[in-house]
Amino acid sequence: MSGRIAVVDYGAGNLVSIRNALTLLGAEPSVAAGPDDLDDTRVIVVPGVGASGPAMERLDRAGLSDAIRGAVADGAWLVGICLGLQLLFETSEEDGARMLGLLEGPVVPITDAPRLPHIGWNQLEQVRPHPLLDGVPDGAPAYFVHSFVARPADPAVVITETEHGSRFPSLVVRDRIIGFQPHPERSGADGLRLLRNTLVLTGLLQPATDARTPAATAATAAGG
Amino acid sequence: MLLRRVIPCLDVKDGRVVKGVRFVDLTDEGDPPTLAERHAAEGADEIVFLDISAAPEARGTLLDIVERTARRVFVPVTVGGGVRTADEMRAVLRAGADKVAVNTAAVREPELLTACAKRFGRQCVVISVDARAVPGQPGRWEVVVQGGRTPTGLDAIEWISRAAELGAGEVLLTSIDRDGTQGGFDLPLLRAAVAAVDVPVVASGGAGDPGDMVAAIVEGRADAVLAASIFHRGIHTIGSVKDALAAAGVPVRRTGLAA
Repeated sequence: MSGRIAVVDYGAGNLVSIRNALTLLGAEPSVAAGPDDLDDTRVIVVPGVGASGPAMERLDRAGLSDAIRGAVADGAWLVGICLGLQLLFETSEEDGARMLGLLEGPVVPITDAPRLPHIGWNQLEQVRPHPLLDGVPDGAPAYFVHSFVARPADPAVVITETEHGSRFPSLVVRDRIIGFQPHPERSGADGLRLLRNTLVLTGLLQPATDARTPAATAATAAGG
Repeated sequence: MLLRRVIPCLDVKDGRVVKGVRFVDLTDEGDPPTLAERHAAEGADEIVFLDISAAPEARGTLLDIVERTARRVFVPVTVGGGVRTADEMRAVLRAGADKVAVNTAAVREPELLTACAKRFGRQCVVISVDARAVPGQPGRWEVVVQGGRTPTGLDAIEWISRAAELGAGEVLLTSIDRDGTQGGFDLPLLRAAVAAVDVPVVASGGAGDPGDMVAAIVEGRADAVLAASIFHRGIHTIGSVKDALAAAGVPVRRTGLAA
């Protein structure tokens, strides 16, 4: 399965956690640092850390922005996590950055929040059913670390919302594009379940038929 | 709704957890990733490793600990202790840490906070502040560095404000007067810090029982509580702290395990 799921490495930050979580779940993630690394990739994961401007600069400079857009046009799945979700949209008020533009709408600062950045565990409130939420209870906590949020032009892409000051989309899906505002790889058993559902949805894993799946084992390890 | 966090802190020296740990499995006692995993299974919302090794060569050991932990623990991991440069912070993040706490180095060179925030994002940058009450001056605290040994003359609340402006995305605030006493948090210190900044404040130093944790959040208005010894003694668990918080109306993450 090597090469079928790739985690994009565009500089600073923690790639280890997402790779470890995917590996635990039975995927074999490779690391993509340039366009060639995305050849024949079925699922592209864009993890997130840092600020929009520098992140887009690094993606552009490495030729990854065009490669990602091209792969998505050719039918690849794209999974954005945290900043990775924000990069899916058109523009960000952070650094005035132009983003990948795969989903319509801007990225704006969180308003009316008691504390910023929004750091800690907050709840995923389900606004419409989706296979990504299989086995994940409504209101399940996930770990967030961010100060900006997406404002999708099309409300139909919003699967869960979260409230911190105001409400914002915490899980968005359109066609083969998936965005998580929280870090599922840092969100205990429910987070691993979201990632497992992602692998199932994208065809990399079979649906669970046995309680002793890696996800079940992971739930114990993750404190679930 | 943002939930309040309960965070166990593991003091690591030369690759082992050093505070009096009394977990049941004696063969695993002291191995940081094993203890981190156990805390996560009990419902820890985050794990903090504080490296108190004196020798710089212990740095490689710490990175190995972070890497091994990141393979087994799927809650956030914060690492503090001895990080002096942006490159050192990068190494810790690349090993699998989500946040890095800086203390003495930031006092010496405040621009470090800005450099790290620019490079990694402010959400990775925690300013760790050890504060001590100024005798005879209620409502004033002084920053002490080098593990609480060296006074700086800096006003703690002013320093916290400045650190947040420079790029810190979170404050880990330890009362040196209360640390290790299990006599309760310094609530006036907490309230002053929370009022001074918009970033989250993690309360540390003085936790003796779940009631102290409730007070730190309800009266001290902290976003999270951190403790070491009370969890290690095995008298109180993360679960029992969360029970007490929930009973006081504080929203917490329940993991569904009997903890």
